[in-house]
Amino acid sequence: MSVTVKIPTQLRTVTGGDAETTVEEAGTVGDVLDGLYDRYDGLRERIAEDGDLRRFVNVYVGGEDIRFLEGLETPVEDGDEVTILPAVAGG
Amino acid sequence: MATVEALQCKECGTSYALEARYVCEQCFGPLEVIYDLSGLDPAETRRRIQAGPQSIWRYSDFLPFARRPRTALAAGVTPLVRADRLAERLGLGEVWVKNDAANPTHSFKDRVVTVALAKARELGYEVVACASTGNLANAVAAHAAAAGLESYVFVPADLEEQKILATGVYGTKLVTVKGTYDDVNRLCTELSGERDWAFVNVNMRPYYSEGSKTLGYEVVEQLGFELPDRVVVPIASGSLFTKIARGFEEWRDVGLVEGELPAFNGAQAEGCSPVAKAYARGEDTCRPVRPDTIAKSLAIGNPADGPYAVELARRSGGGVDCVTDDEVRAGIRLLAETTGIFTETAGGVTTAVLAKLAERGDIGPDERVVLMITGDGLKTLDAVRGSFETHEIEPSAAAFGEALGLDAVAQ
Repeated sequence: MSVTVKIPTQLRTVTGGDAETTVEEAGTVGDVLDGLYDRYDGLRERIAEDGDLRRFVNVYVGGEDIRFLEGLETPVEDGDEVTILPAVAGG
Repeated sequence: MATVEALQCKECGTSYALEARYVCEQCFGPLEVIYDLSGLDPAETRRRIQAGPQSIWRYSDFLPFARRPRTALAAGVTPLVRADRLAERLGLGEVWVKNDAANPTHSFKDRVVTVALAKARELGYEVVACASTGNLANAVAAHAAAAGLESYVFVPADLEEQKILATGVYGTKLVTVKGTYDDVNRLCTELSGERDWAFVNVNMRPYYSEGSKTLGYEVVEQLGFELPDRVVVPIASGSLFTKIARGFEEWRDVGLVEGELPAFNGAQAEGCSPVAKAYARGEDTCRPVRPDTIAKSLAIGNPADGPYAVELARRSGGGVDCVTDDEVRAGIRLLAETTGIFTETAGGVTTAVLAKLAERGDIGPDERVVLMITGDGLKTLDAVRGSFETHEIEPSAAAFGEALGLDAVAQ
């Protein structure tokens, strides 16, 4: 299985410029993020704190905010698209 | 003169150059413009304000530009009206209505857009865009047209017809997105990473939001350089709410005004009240909601400045309340019947929250209260449709008397 992850411009300094990547073998959004943390040094500190996402980070699965789903426990399936975005826009 | 110093993260304090940037790369926190106001002499600054143009640019010492910009379409300097009949109806001492519907596109959004577009031009952008619940769409389309900039406006597809029409007329590229405002906002956040455009409330947001401070400055100036005791302000993203406070605080720091920070009361519609709910729970974190309210201009289920709004309500001795859609309709009528000001649903929310605070006894008899009315009733006509009776008659005096139940006038 494979999940596509879209990375916002603000994080591309730690992803070596990658705007999109894939994570194999993940059951939940948390697993997907752990896969990214293993791959990219410095990513975890940018978006996570004390095991949870920082308060101005939004994560979506198929366009749906994971806080409307099961948070980091939200299941992911083959072909899903996970998007990480800053939460400070709008209004 | 004040010096515009940098952009700074509100969470971790990291500084950045004054460019098109809105998120801290270290912690994803929001960025805010930082000034050095230490060089401002209060008497001289006050004179400069009073001699300034009849627009928000009279406050350019406190806006993020080295020199006062010239803009084709001005904003600000809207009426502050003493509302004695409203105060009397609610059993309050002194109520003022800041009627910010009296802006070029009939909402407070003209303030923020004027600032954002001036900065976009300074940074060399030729295309501007926004995610909007309607009022911002009107403002971006109009100001872009006046400035000769190309514009793209993204709104939820189910928006009020009046707001759609009052946007498209300016010749913008109007995109109606099948989804909520939060979906539109997510889309624009993604697009801002792909396109070299100035999204006024995404990558221009630190500058854009500075425009909201001018609503605070104006109230203080119109009260003769005095602070009110309390302000009642609608909350959507929480940006306006927190920036009005920032405006008051900057003027206190400079010495243009003295006294306590007013109590800040936030107003939300019950069908979209993530900030009011967080306040009631005693938390800072606003759990996102799916909006279901007639107050569409406040229908942001995922408010970016929610935590700061909750914090401000607490530290200022105010609060955040929400009201039902029926109370919103009643609020629109109450304001119209007592002040002659016809506001949109957001103003109905704000007026209804004022009524709620008055009924609960939260407002002291000596308090000077300012109600922030941010938009025009002509934009949300459905909210009042069917709320009153009309009298259709044949064109005769007898028919008139009969229809209205009036006695015949003696000949």
